Amino acid sequence: MNKIDNLIKMANDISNFFNADPDKELAADGVAKHIMRGWEPRMRHDIINHYQQGGSGLSDLAKMAIAKLIAQTKV
Amino acid sequence: MSINKEQDFGTPASTEGQTVSLEIDGFAVTAPVGTSIMRAAASIGIDIPKLCATDSIEPFGSCRLCVVQIEGGRGMPASCTTPVAEGLKVCTQNPRLADVRRGIMELYISDHPLDCLTCAANGDCELQDMAGAVGLREVRYNPVETHLHAVKDESNPYFSFDPSKCIVCSRCVRACEETQGTFALTLDGRGFDSKVSPSQNQAFMDSECVSCGACVQACPTATLMEKSVIDHGQPEHAIVTTCAYCGVGCSFRAEMKGEQVIRMVPHKDGKANHGHSCVKGRFAFGYATHKDRITKPMIRASIKDAWQEVSWEEAINHAASEFKRIQAKYGKDSIGGVTSSRCTNEEAYLVQKLIRAGFGNNNVDTCARVCHSPTGYGLKQTFGESSGTQDFDSVMKSDVILVIGANPTDGHPVFGSMMKKRLRQGAKLIVVDPREIDLVSNSPHIKASYHLKLRPGTNVAIINALAHVVVTENLMDETFALERCDVASFEKWKTFITQDYHSPENSEAITGVPAADVRAAARLYATANNGAIYYGLGVTEHSQGSTMVIGIANLAMATGNLGRDGVGVNPLRGQNNVQGSCDMGSFPHEYPGYRHVSDANTRALFQQAWQAELSPEPGLRIPNMFDAALDKTFMGMYIEGEDIAQSDPDTQHVLAALRAMECVVVQDIFLNETAKFAHVFLPGASFLEKDGTFTNAERRISPVRKVMTPLAGYQDWEVTQLLSNAMGYPMNYSHPSEIMAEIASLTPSFSGVSYEKIDELGSVQWPCNEQTPVGTPIMHTETFMRDNGKGLFMLTEFVATAERTNQKFPLILTTGRILSQYNVGAQTRRTANNAWHSEDRLEIHPHDAEDRGLKNGDWAGIKSRAGETVLRALISERVQPGVVYTTFHFPESGANVITTDNSDWATNCPEYKVTAVQVSKVSQHSEWQQEYQKFSENQLELLEQGMANG
Repeated sequence: MNKIDNLIKMANDISNFFNADPDKELAADGVAKHIMRGWEPRMRHDIINHYQQGGSGLSDLAKMAIAKLIAQTKV
Repeated sequence: MSINKEQDFGTPASTEGQTVSLEIDGFAVTAPVGTSIMRAAASIGIDIPKLCATDSIEPFGSCRLCVVQIEGGRGMPASCTTPVAEGLKVCTQNPRLADVRRGIMELYISDHPLDCLTCAANGDCELQDMAGAVGLREVRYNPVETHLHAVKDESNPYFSFDPSKCIVCSRCVRACEETQGTFALTLDGRGFDSKVSPSQNQAFMDSECVSCGACVQACPTATLMEKSVIDHGQPEHAIVTTCAYCGVGCSFRAEMKGEQVIRMVPHKDGKANHGHSCVKGRFAFGYATHKDRITKPMIRASIKDAWQEVSWEEAINHAASEFKRIQAKYGKDSIGGVTSSRCTNEEAYLVQKLIRAGFGNNNVDTCARVCHSPTGYGLKQTFGESSGTQDFDSVMKSDVILVIGANPTDGHPVFGSMMKKRLRQGAKLIVVDPREIDLVSNSPHIKASYHLKLRPGTNVAIINALAHVVVTENLMDETFALERCDVASFEKWKTFITQDYHSPENSEAITGVPAADVRAAARLYATANNGAIYYGLGVTEHSQGSTMVIGIANLAMATGNLGRDGVGVNPLRGQNNVQGSCDMGSFPHEYPGYRHVSDANTRALFQQAWQAELSPEPGLRIPNMFDAALDKTFMGMYIEGEDIAQSDPDTQHVLAALRAMECVVVQDIFLNETAKFAHVFLPGASFLEKDGTFTNAERRISPVRKVMTPLAGYQDWEVTQLLSNAMGYPMNYSHPSEIMAEIASLTPSFSGVSYEKIDELGSVQWPCNEQTPVGTPIMHTETFMRDNGKGLFMLTEFVATAERTNQKFPLILTTGRILSQYNVGAQTRRTANNAWHSEDRLEIHPHDAEDRGLKNGDWAGIKSRAGETVLRALISERVQPGVVYTTFHFPESGANVITTDNSDWATNCPEYKVTAVQVSKVSQHSEWQQEYQKFSENQLELLEQGMANG
C-alpha cells in the first residue's frame, strides 16, 4: 500500500471507532484529537494535503475530523 | 559471596491469620493455625530430620524420618502432617526417636549406591545430610535384591534421571502435580517394585513432561540432577536475578562457579514465581555463551560489503558521524530508534532519552508496537493507566477465570501453573479462543466450563455479546458502576450495548459461537463472587485490538470486577520487560510515565532535567518509520535488542525499508535478521552481563544483576551512553542505579523506587510513591487513575477486519507461541530447546488438509495477499475448519512474509492474528525462502570474512 493510501486507511479506521458515537460532532472531535496526539507532523501534513485536494477515499467522519484538525492547528 | 542455600521449612506456610502457642523442645513458639509442627520448629531454628517433605509441596508423611513425640499423645506422629495446636508440648529429639530415625536411614542406605565422593549431588544431598543428622554409622542389611543397577534415563537434554539413587519419596511426583500441574510422573508398582515413572514407564522425553525442572528442584538426592552440575560440579556462589524470557519475570538464583553459570534455580522468595520455573528460564540460558555471540564492534559501508571489526571508539564515532551526516542532509527528523523489551528499564530509558534529547525528535518506538500497544491505549483511556490491575497471586482468589486470546500454559507457563492450581481447587474457566488451547481440556483435572471457539477477527462481537447479556439480564453491579465510573459514559454505553444487534443470537452469524454458550458464559462471569479476565495477544493483535481491550474494561467495570483481590483485567505481557519499556517512555508520543509530549508542564520538567530542547510533536511509530524510509525522509535508525526484520509484519515491506536507509545501527548479542541489513553492529550484553531492572506483567520491578563480565566489554546502557556522548549530548552515569534515580525524580508513579528499596523488598510494584511506599499490588482499589478518578465506559462497535477471506484466500491464518521457543527464537534456537520444537509447522484441520491432499509432514504452501511461504503440515483438530495456525520462531519459516500491514486503528499494532490465506501441497520452499537462504548465507560469509580479517 502506498503512503497516502495507508494514511487514508488509518484515518478511516480511526473514524470507524469513533463513529459509534451518535453525536457526530463529538465523534469528529475524537478522531481529530486522536490524529493530533498520535500522528507525526509529516503524516498530518500529508493527510491534510490530501483532504484539501478533495479527500478521495476518506470517510465522511474522517473528512469532518480533518477539517477540525486544520482549524485547530497549523502544520 | 556464598551459595547461601535457601531455608526449607519442610511444609508450606499457612495462610490462616489466627495463631496458637505451643512448646517445642522447651522453647515457646507461636504459629498460625494450620502450620505443621515441622515448620513451626524450623521457624525457631529446630530442624527436624526429613526426606519426603519440602516446603514447596503439601506434606505426605511417608518417610517417617520427621517423627516427634507429643506430651500426652500416642505414638510418634510425623511432624510434617501434624498441625500445631494450642498448648502442645513437642519433643523432637530423644533416644527413642533417634533409634527410629537411624533405623529408617539404615533401610534407605541399604539400597542406595555408596558413591558419595563421586556423586554429582555430593555437597547438596539431603540423604547424605540426613545420614549425618541421625548419626548413621553402619548398615547391617545385605539385601539380595536392590535397585542399584537400574538404568539411567538421559533423554532430557537438561537433566538426567538415575533411578538407582531414587528413595521413592514422591517429591518429584508431587511437584509435577502440585507445582507444575502436568501430572507427568507417577509412582508405578507396589512395595519393592515402586518406582518413579514418567507417564507409563516412558522416557522423560517421550512423556508429557514439560521440563519445567520442578521435579529436579524437589529431588533430595542425585536421582534427578541437572546435567550441567554433573558436568561441572556444584556451584559455589549464587546471585539473585530476573529471567529474561516472558512477562512473568521469574526470580532466579544464578548459581555460579566463578563466572560460569552452573544452573538457574527458581528463587523461593521470588514474588512472581514463588520458586517455580519453566523450561526456558530454568534451563535455556546457554545462548548467553553460544559461539554465535558477536563480541567485537563492526562497521561496513554497504550491506553488500564484508563486515570490518573495529574498536569501540571507531564504531561509535562512525555511527554518530553517520547519524549527524544524515540529519544534515535530510533534516533533524530523518533518524530515530527502537528500544527493546528484552533490555532493562534503565537501558530503554536511556535510548529514548538519547533520541528525544540527543537526536532532537520523538522518533522512538518499541516492540510493544507489535504486541501490547492496544493494552496501553485501551486501559489508559478507560482506567487511566496503561497496565494490568492485579498481581499474579490474585488469581488464587478468583472464582471464575475468563481467558481471552491467551495461552498461559505455553506463553506464560509459570503463571499458567498457578492458574491451573486455582482451577483444580474449583474455580470455573471460560476460554475465548479460535483454537483449543491446553487449558480447555488438555490439562489434567481441568476442563473449561465454556470454550467460545470464535472465528478469528470477531473478538469485539463476542465481548459486546457478553456485555449485552450482562446488561439486558441485569447482571451488572450498578452500584460499582455508578459510584466508581463516569455516570454519563455508563448510561451512554448501556444504551449502546442494549441494542438488539449485539445479542448473542444476532452475533452468532459473525462469531460462529452458539448463542446459548455466550449467554451461559456471561452469566457465569457476571455472577461470580470474583471474576477475573486474563488476555493476551489474541486480543491485541487485531485491527480492533484497542476496541477489544476497551470492551474488556467495560465488561469488568459493569460487573464490578475491579479494585480487589481475585478480579481485574490482566494483560499477559509477552516479553520480559515489555511493561517496563513502555513505562520508560518508549512510545513516540509519551514520556516516561505515559505523559504526552505535547503537555507543556511535563515537557518543561524533562527539558530542565535533560538540559535540552524537546519536540512537542509525536514522533514516528515503527511502521511509519518504514513508510518514511521508503519515502526517503527517514534514513537512519538505532535498534537496540530488537529483530524487526523477523518480528514485524509484511517482511518484504520491512526489508525494503531497511535496504532504503543509509545507516542502520544494530546493538544485539547476535547477528540477527535485522543486523544482516545493518551498517554498524554494536555487540550487546545478555541479561547475565548487566545490572538493571525488568518490570513484569504485574508491574513488578525486579532486579537484574550482573553475574558475569560482559563478553564485549560493555553493558548496553554504557554503549548508549557512548553513542550519546559521540552525538554531542553528554551522559555521565556510572551505574544504572543513577539512571533509576533520575527516572524516579521525573516519574510520579516511580518516585518511591530506588535500588535500595528493591534490594530491601526483593521487588516492588509501581505505582510506588509517597502514598504507596511499598508499591501497589492491586490498582484502582478506591478510585481509578484517570484525572477525575472515574472509570470511563467507551462505545465498542464491531467493525469487521478488512482482511477478508474469499475464493482465492479461503482460510484464516492465525499465529501464536509454544512453550519451548521464545518469540523470534534468537535465544532459544541456540539452546537444546530445539529438542522440543525444531521448526515451525502449519496446524491445519483434517477436513481442510484432506481437501488439499495434505498429510502430516507434507510441505504446505501458504499464500496470502502479502506473500508466500512453505511449512510442514501438522494435521490437528485443535484448529477449527477454515483456520490454520503457525508459530513464528524460525526466520526461515517466513511467517511474517504472509502477514499483512493491516493494523489496529488506534496504535498500528499489526493484525498478526488474521491473515486470509490459501494452502496447497507443494514440493519445495517458496521463492522468498530460497532468496532468504541465499541472502542469509551471503551475510554469514560477509561476517566470517570480517572476523577473519579482524
